[in-house]
Amino acid sequence: MKIRTFGYFIREACKSLYRNNWMGLASIGTVAVSLIIFGASLITVMNANYLATRLESNVEIIAYLKDNVPEDEARGLYEEIKDLPGVAKVKFKSRDQALREFREELGAQQNMVDALGGDNPLPHLYAINTIAPEDVTRVAERIQALKQVDKVDYGKDFVEKMFSIIKWVRLVGMTVIVLLGLAAVFLIATTIRLTVFSRRKEIEIMKVLGATNWFIRWPFLLEGMALGFTGALLAVLVVGVSYVSFTDYIQKNFNYAVFGLQTDPQFMMILGASMLGAGMFIGAVGSGISMRRFLRI
Amino acid sequence: MIHMINVSKIYPNGTKALTDITMRIEKGEFVFLVGPSGAGKSTMTKLIFREEQPSRGQILFNRKNISRYKRREIPYIRRSIGVIFQDFRLLPGKTVAENVAFALEVIEAPRKEIKKAVPAALEMVRLADKANVMPSELSGGEQQRVAIARAIVNNPPLVIADEPTGNLDPDTSWEIVNLLQEINKCGTTILMATHAKEIVDSMKKRVIALEKGRIARDEERGGYGYED
Repeated sequence: MKIRTFGYFIREACKSLYRNNWMGLASIGTVAVSLIIFGASLITVMNANYLATRLESNVEIIAYLKDNVPEDEARGLYEEIKDLPGVAKVKFKSRDQALREFREELGAQQNMVDALGGDNPLPHLYAINTIAPEDVTRVAERIQALKQVDKVDYGKDFVEKMFSIIKWVRLVGMTVIVLLGLAAVFLIATTIRLTVFSRRKEIEIMKVLGATNWFIRWPFLLEGMALGFTGALLAVLVVGVSYVSFTDYIQKNFNYAVFGLQTDPQFMMILGASMLGAGMFIGAVGSGISMRRFLRI
Repeated sequence: MIHMINVSKIYPNGTKALTDITMRIEKGEFVFLVGPSGAGKSTMTKLIFREEQPSRGQILFNRKNISRYKRREIPYIRRSIGVIFQDFRLLPGKTVAENVAFALEVIEAPRKEIKKAVPAALEMVRLADKANVMPSELSGGEQQRVAIARAIVNNPPLVIADEPTGNLDPDTSWEIVNLLQEINKCGTTILMATHAKEIVDSMKKRVIALEKGRIARDEERGGYGYED
């Protein structure tokens, strides 16, 4: 394809964009709305994933020993646990130490501990960190199997709940994106069909004069892609501005990065680029659909 | 140049448009295609133009079997055929020169060539002075001349004219036919489907008459032969 020809394609596309501006605006709007939802759900899913991995890597396995295990035997388990595959760090906390710490935490309400009358209800415990987050379950099971161990706790419920929420967000998000994407495709297809229809005489003449199908197709394809791109640009602006101001607000008012909202430029770039790409793709598919019938001469 | 061998065309709705047509048109000929409405004239031109495919038989154009071409190759066949219609089919939003240039633009001809060929074609149809006028400001005959210029601007070896004088008064019709004859003298083959009895009778060119989808007559220096 020659550069001059490409100029012709762009001129034709612009002309017809100008001509059916109302349908064009409607398509741009639909693309924008569907991509805003696309962007928002993508951000949610990404952040949830990010948060989940952060939480997971922080997960500590707490192994409570049985009440009747004497302290010597309890301390003796240290090497055994340390040698389990996947274990990174092991910390022993005797029941006395645990009670002391508990007392300190209570502060003014220390008399609650005194009310126990010298009995220490707390067990000895081990706090274990694994090398990789996915080892947590396996290591926890191995520790549970030790005969001195009463109960193992590692925030399993929380992690699992987190993942099931992410799964739902993803599912609902995908469904909405697909439906809105289809709506956008068909709106663009209708817009382009109007253009094609209003110019069917010209297309006929072009075919008679020996224009190739691609020569005829390009202006319409560009028109559709321009509609999709404009809608996507709108969506990128809306999502970008609102996300940045949202994270700003969170950081100023809550002052903890624990929220784990991702704001790094690379993430934002990828998000923006994929939205623009999706917009153009929607536009191209839309105009492709409406042209198939007209080119069969 | 065009060679039809046992060509039949039956449309999907069952209409038998052409039955067992065999004919040959040589390079440089001027041929009238006559016959009552519905005799198959348009089908014949459409087959040559590869707008329709024959149901049976072979069509050779420049010794190549045109039904063998793939769909994406069709545009390249069409570039060697200029077509003129009864209703001119000019683009109303373009000037005369732009309409003629359009034929070269859509086949991506170099700009230099367009600059040279468009004035030459307008000169040929004697409309050089109207190059920048819109088609709506022209008479019917002038519009048809623009269409002729557009059809010949890339020097096709064959020009198909489908009732080119159907919308024109007799004097203007003669102008158009004389122009086609001039083009024919430069070596271009012309196939003209027409109802214009007087023109056919006085031109004494080859006449192919179609009736009910069959060739009824094929005469050198023939006449129209119908009283309509």
